Order: sequence, then C-alpha cells, then structure tokens
Amino acid sequence: MKALVLLSSLGVISLLAEIFSFKKLLYPLVLIGLITTFVLNIFDWDTNELYFNMMRYDNYAVAFTSVILVIAFLWFLMSESFFKEETSQADHFALVLFALVGAVIMVSYTNMTMLFLGIEILSISMYVLAGSKKDDVASNEAAFKYLIMGSFATGFLLFGVALIYGSTGSFDLMEIRTFISSHQGTVPAIFYAGVLLMLIGLAFKVSAAPFHFWAPDVYQGAPTVITAIMATIVKTAAFAAFLRLFSTTFAEVSSTWVNILWVMAALTLLVGNITAVLQTNTKRMLAYSSVAHAGYMLLALLAGNQYSNSAILFYTAAYSIGSIGTFCILNIVSTAKGNINTDAFKGLGKSNPFLAFVMTVALLSLAGIPPTAGFFAKYYIFTAAFQAGYAGLVLIAIIASLVGVYYYFKIIIAMYFKEGKGEVIEVQTNHKLLLALVALLILALGLFPDYLIGLL
Amino acid sequence: MITLLLIFFPLIAALLLLSVKGEQVKNIALGAAIVEFIISIFALTQFQHNAEVQFDFNTPWINSLGINFYVGIDGISMLMVLLTTFLVPIIILTSFKTEYKNPSLFYSLILAMQMALIGVFVSLDGFLFYVFWELALIPIYFICLLWGGENRAKITFKFFVYTLSGSLVMLGGLIYLYQHTEGLHTFNIAALYKAGQGLDATHQGYVFIAMFMAFAIKMPIFPFHTWQPDTYTVAPTQGTMMLSGIMLKMGTYGLIRWLLPLAPLGVGEWGYIAIILSAIGIVYASCIAIVQKDFKRLIAYSSIAHVGLISAGILAMNIQGLQGGMIQMLSHGVNVVGLFFIVDLIQKRTGTRDIASLGGIRNVNPQFAVLFLFVLLGSVALPLTNGFIGEFLLLNGLYQYSVWITAFAGLSVILGAVYMLRSYQSIMLGETNSITSTFAPLAGSEKAVLLILCAAIIAFGIYPKPLLDISGPAIEKLLSSIAH
Repeated sequence: MKALVLLSSLGVISLLAEIFSFKKLLYPLVLIGLITTFVLNIFDWDTNELYFNMMRYDNYAVAFTSVILVIAFLWFLMSESFFKEETSQADHFALVLFALVGAVIMVSYTNMTMLFLGIEILSISMYVLAGSKKDDVASNEAAFKYLIMGSFATGFLLFGVALIYGSTGSFDLMEIRTFISSHQGTVPAIFYAGVLLMLIGLAFKVSAAPFHFWAPDVYQGAPTVITAIMATIVKTAAFAAFLRLFSTTFAEVSSTWVNILWVMAALTLLVGNITAVLQTNTKRMLAYSSVAHAGYMLLALLAGNQYSNSAILFYTAAYSIGSIGTFCILNIVSTAKGNINTDAFKGLGKSNPFLAFVMTVALLSLAGIPPTAGFFAKYYIFTAAFQAGYAGLVLIAIIASLVGVYYYFKIIIAMYFKEGKGEVIEVQTNHKLLLALVALLILALGLFPDYLIGLL
Repeated sequence: MITLLLIFFPLIAALLLLSVKGEQVKNIALGAAIVEFIISIFALTQFQHNAEVQFDFNTPWINSLGINFYVGIDGISMLMVLLTTFLVPIIILTSFKTEYKNPSLFYSLILAMQMALIGVFVSLDGFLFYVFWELALIPIYFICLLWGGENRAKITFKFFVYTLSGSLVMLGGLIYLYQHTEGLHTFNIAALYKAGQGLDATHQGYVFIAMFMAFAIKMPIFPFHTWQPDTYTVAPTQGTMMLSGIMLKMGTYGLIRWLLPLAPLGVGEWGYIAIILSAIGIVYASCIAIVQKDFKRLIAYSSIAHVGLISAGILAMNIQGLQGGMIQMLSHGVNVVGLFFIVDLIQKRTGTRDIASLGGIRNVNPQFAVLFLFVLLGSVALPLTNGFIGEFLLLNGLYQYSVWITAFAGLSVILGAVYMLRSYQSIMLGETNSITSTFAPLAGSEKAVLLILCAAIIAFGIYPKPLLDISGPAIEKLLSSIAH
C-alpha cells in the first residue's frame, strides 16, 4: 500500500513540475522516489494488509511490486534522454508513474473491479506513451493499434467479469471461490463462459497466441524505450494478475480452462519462436521473442502447483532484466547507426566491447544458457510443469528454446564475427551503470536463485 | 577445500588476465596453468588410493530444489583432473609462437574453460554437473567464433546447437530421475543412482537414451558426429586441442560416472545398439580418414575412431573395459594434442595442411621427424607406448562382451596404422620439395611441448601401473554397485 501511495504522489508531483517549473529536478527526484518506494515496500513484507476488501498486500504482491520497482528503476536509468528530447516531459514522467500505479494494483487486487481499474490505469498510460513521438507515423499507428486492440481485450475481460458477477453475485475473489466450492455441480453455465472470456482478455494482455497479433506491430512502432516498458513491466504485471486470478479463484474450475491454456501455451511457444527467426528488424524480433517468453510463463500458470508463484516471479524478473539490457543496447546502437536491423550490430565486439559483452550476457540469459538467470528461470518452470504432469508441453518448450538460440545468436554472431565500420559509439554514464547492473543481476540471479525463489 | 581451489583458481586467473595488456599475457596464463597443475599434483600426493570420494565439499546451493554445490574427487575424477591440469599448460605453451588478436581474452577463455571442465569432472550433484557441462561450451564457442578459420560462424553455430540439444535431452533425463528420488527430491548423486537403479528396465532404457544422447554428441559417436570434423578443422589450434584433448572426455567420463550407474539395466536394453554404433563409427571414421587430403581433418576423423573404441569398451561394463577406457582417455588426450600441434607446426612453416603437397621434411629437420614419429606411434598403439595399454585393455574388455564386435572394432588398429603411417610417409619422407625445403628448426617452446608429450607417451607406455592404481578401486566399486 505504501508503494501505491508513494507512486501516485510522485505522479502528481510530476504533473505539478510543469506548473511550478522544477522540471530539471524531476529526474533525480523520481529516481530517489523509486528507491524510497522500494525500501518502504519491503517493510510491507509479512504484514498481509487488506484494504477495504479491495487489495491485499500479501507477500505475493510485495514480491512482484519489488520486481516491478527494480525494473522501473533500471528503466529510468535507460531513458533519461527520452525525457530530454521530447516536449511535455513532465507529462511523460507522470504517465510512466501512473502506469506503475496500475501495475501495482494489478499485482495486489482481491476484487475484480480493482483488476479492471489496474489494467485500465496501466493501459491508458501506455496507449498515450506508445504515441509519444507525435510526428512519427509508426508511433501513431502503434498507439492507435494498441488502443483498439487493448480496448477490445478489456471488453472481453469486462464481459467476463459481468458474467461471473451475474452468476455468483460478487466481485470479491474469496467470495467467488467460496461460492464455487459451496455450489459444486450447480454453478451456472454463464460462470464458465465468464471464466473463458476473462481468460481471453488476459491472454490478450500477456500477448499469448492466438491473441498476440497486436504485439509485434505495437512493439515495433512505439519508441524503443516505451517498447521496453511494454515488454517488461506490463508483462510482469499482467502475468502476476493472470496468475493471482487463475491459481486461486479459478483453480477449482481448472478443468474448464486447462486444455485451452495448454493449446495456447504450445501455440505461443511455437509461433513466437519460429516467427522470431524470420525477422530482420531486431525490435520486431524482440517483440516475437517477448511473445515466446509469454509461452514459457504460461507453462508455470498451467502447472498450478507450489512452484508456480515463485516460478513466474523468477521468470518475470530474469526476463525483464535481460530485456531492459537488450532494449537499452538496441536503442544506443540503432540511434548511433541509424539502422535497427541485425546488421547494425556488426563489429560491435570490436568497437564497443563492453556493450557487446553485456548484450551477450543478456541474450544468453534470454536464450536460457547457464549460468545466467534465464537458464534457471526456464529450468524452474520446466520442473514445475514436469511435476504437474505436462511432460509433452515441456518437450515442446525445450524444442522451442532451441529455436530461440538461433535468433539470439544471430546478434551475437553479428557482433563478434562480422566486421563493421568500427566507429566507437559514445555511451552515457547512466547507461554504463545500467548495463553493468544488468550483467551483474543476470549472473547473480543465475548463480544464487535461491534468494528469489525462496521468497514465495 | 582443495577441490574448490582446483575449480576456482583458473576462474580467478581468467578474470585477472582480462585486465593484463601486452606481451606478458602468455607468460601469466602459462604461469596460472602451471600453478593449477601443481595444485593438482599436491592433491594427488594427498590422495588415498581407495575407492572413496575425497576432498569433498558439500554446501546447499538452491535449497528449495534440493540442489547442492557438492564436489569431490575419487580415483576416476582424479585422473580426469590430472589430464586437464596437465594438458592446459601444454596447450598454452603450444601457442607461444602464435600471435592472436586480443590475447588476454583468448587465454582468459581457455582458463575459464578449464574451470568448467574441472567442474564437470568433480561434480557430485546432477544439477551442478549440468551447469558445468553447459558452461564449458560457452568459452569454446567464442574461441572458435573469434579466432577460427573460414566459414566459422556457421560451423561453430552448428556445433553449439548440436551439443546444446544433446545436453537438454540429458537435462530431461536428470529431471526425470530427480522426480523419482525419495522424500524431498534432490540431485545428490547417490540419490540419483538409487532412483535410477530403482526403475524397471524399460524406464532405465529411457534414461539411458536421454543420457547417452548428450554423451554421444559430445564424444562424438556415429551418427552424431557430423559437427565434429568441421569444428575441429575450423577451430584455432588451441581450441581444437581443448575440444579433442579434454572436452571430448566429458562424454566418456559421463558414460562412466553418470550413465552406467544411473541406468545399468538400460545398458542391457540399449547398450548393444550403442556398442554397435560405436563400432560402426570406428571403422567408418577410419575409412574416411584414409582418404582425407587435409591432415588436420584426418586427425579429426581418427579421433572419432579412437573415441568410438573407448565408448564401446566402457559400455561393455567390465573392469578391463572401464580401466582401458580410463587409460585410453588419458593417452588419447596426450596423443591428439601432440598430433594437432604437429599439424600446426607444419602449417605454420609451410602454409599448407595438404598431405600430398608436403614431403621430405625429415631431410630438412630430422629432429622433428623423430618427435613426430613418437607421437604417431603412440597414436597407432604400438606396444610400449601409452596408446597400446588402453587399446589392449579396451579390446580385451570388449572381447568378453562379444567376439564379433571386437573383431570388427579391432580393424581400427590396422586402419589406424594405415592412415597414420601413410600420412607420415607422405609428409616426412620422400623428396623434399619447394614448400618443405625451408622447414625451419623447432623453437624452444615447441621442442619443449613435443618432448614433454613424448616423455609421457613412453613413460606411461612402459609403466602404466600408477595410473591404473589411481582409478582401479573406484572402478571396482562402481562395477560392484551396479552388478546386482
């Protein structure tokens, strides 16, 4: 709860910055604010506070909030120039902070209305941010597509909520659960329809196939820094929300959705990985890889056992940190070279060994090679799914991750093998700091995963 | 603690080496590798010649999943560690006359790889073993990618994906066994053994296939060998030496440590097919080696033949086969490093590896001819060289399993002699031509490498007992634990 209050206040303060003209101070203020929020958020551990039956700050919420805050901090380190170059900077700060507020609500809700509010607060901020390059056609297109598809998904979600409310008479997760267990066999059919509609709505949000079509276009069109938020914070929050709903409230009716989710997971893994191979545009490739990663996380969702929560927590952390690193380097390289294809990375190993090294670590992590965090994340999810008896799906996931190696290594090969023009790219200090942190976190999480998975 | 030192000393050295610039890099790398060798010799002097795991260190690593950082050395591991620590300084020494771009990274990767290899050989936890197993792949991938020859991007990528696929299947097998451990699941080697041996024959068969796949690709065994000749040829000399001299032994070591005890009944189910594949590989690779024009490629194929025999002997699951496998791993490591070094020497002096266009080097440099001959004789397993002991024991072990397969696999001895002696004849004897007439004398470091290798070849050919004594008790214990 402290996190929510602090983040909202930070957002409001950012809006005031334009009026009282302390814009220059805003960047350090937000960074300090995020650190403070992170620290205070830790104090919520084990308090298990419940707010008006709307939100519960259980350890699940605190853990996911912490992950989101860490990623947000890294993201701000990456995007200083985004705020400098564009007009109406203060609004951008506020929008990102409000998106974080939405994300925090999504990981802590206990009431369907809060789920809806969280998703909307997050999404509306993101729609605007996707279009923040006003004179860029692609950015406008991305914003528009994102808005239309996002609203569509929200429609499904809301319709599902309505049907569930209609059949159980409550928005509250616990009450719905009690209703299901006390009405074994007599739950009305529209309840199941509601569950499926919510499943579709959330699948849209996490960009699971076959509801992933918006993602590549939006990811590609939006400014790279905004894509980085979508791929990391939005995905983390959406999965946390997804899991919170389906692992507790709808767990009892799992027979209605497991088969659908099974197919979705398999499709997402295959479509994401195979399509990513075909991309030459690195940003689009990363978009498909992000779809593919949703597939792995669906495995943990499907497993629905004692490992699921920590598996998703670890996976989102590992994946987000790796993604922030790759997006940051992609942004640096594509701005310097004016080219966003794999070719832009040619010769980076020689001209900027540090960038190439961090990129390699991040890509190895995304590909799931030991001893990086990504390997352990995948391993943990596969174990969870294996224990739940989804050996077939694990096999598909293993094959899919082999395909994944192919497209991640394309960049590594380009960096080290191909000769480029060899101009040294200037890297800002905060980017250096961010990238060093990313490499460090990836290795630390890979070598000592117990500290994170032991939490939940 | 000495095990930890053995694992992490090369890593620390590798990291420090990254910051070194200039001429000193080679010397520092060599110094670090020699220190590591001395540490392993010290471990050997402390080593009790019995079957127990010694110098063990066990600490929880990922507690919630029953994963421990559990390492230790028994006789089998001891030999493999010694092989690694012996070969790495030699491999570094072979590069003294070569100038690589960015040498600090090059030597740092070699030392990092040494760390992973030693980790593989001392891990007593399934998960830890897997992590080290994969970790060894990353440095060698970059060594090949950054310093390799023509067309390296494609070839090294094939190598990477090939071995990664095998490893993932093995990981599947390990997870499967992990799920069958009693009580709180654990990756502890003893618990995994128990879980594996508790399965019925069919399921042990599945485990066998999963594990064998990874090892077969690493060694490689026919028909999983297609990555190997290209990769060996394209890798820089030191990379090829790491691959063939040490990394290949991860596969054969895996057979002994992880395959036989995990799925003894699985060996009964599928071992026959695996042995036949190995035997086919021996003859097939030997035949291809005979017609090779490129000397480096020829040795790559000869390596497939040798490792096929090791694998067949080990899978015969008797004391001679396993002991022969151990000895032959060491001999092959020494001999193949020597052979690839000779290829490198010839290529650097003449600019070619084409067997037909060379000739008469003996007339120009008789010293080199003699040293080459020793390495070659070790490789064709002449009695009183190290190769003979291993091959003899392996064939002996295989003979107890099946006479016919032994007869077939025994062809390797004849075919090996054919292609090795023929290439020696063509390269060293005959008329000196314009390419070879200027064959420069050996430099000090080059002479040192060949002399050390030749000394090892002869010493262990005449008196292999110290080596057999190190691994003997551990092998006997391993066999008796799976006999019933």
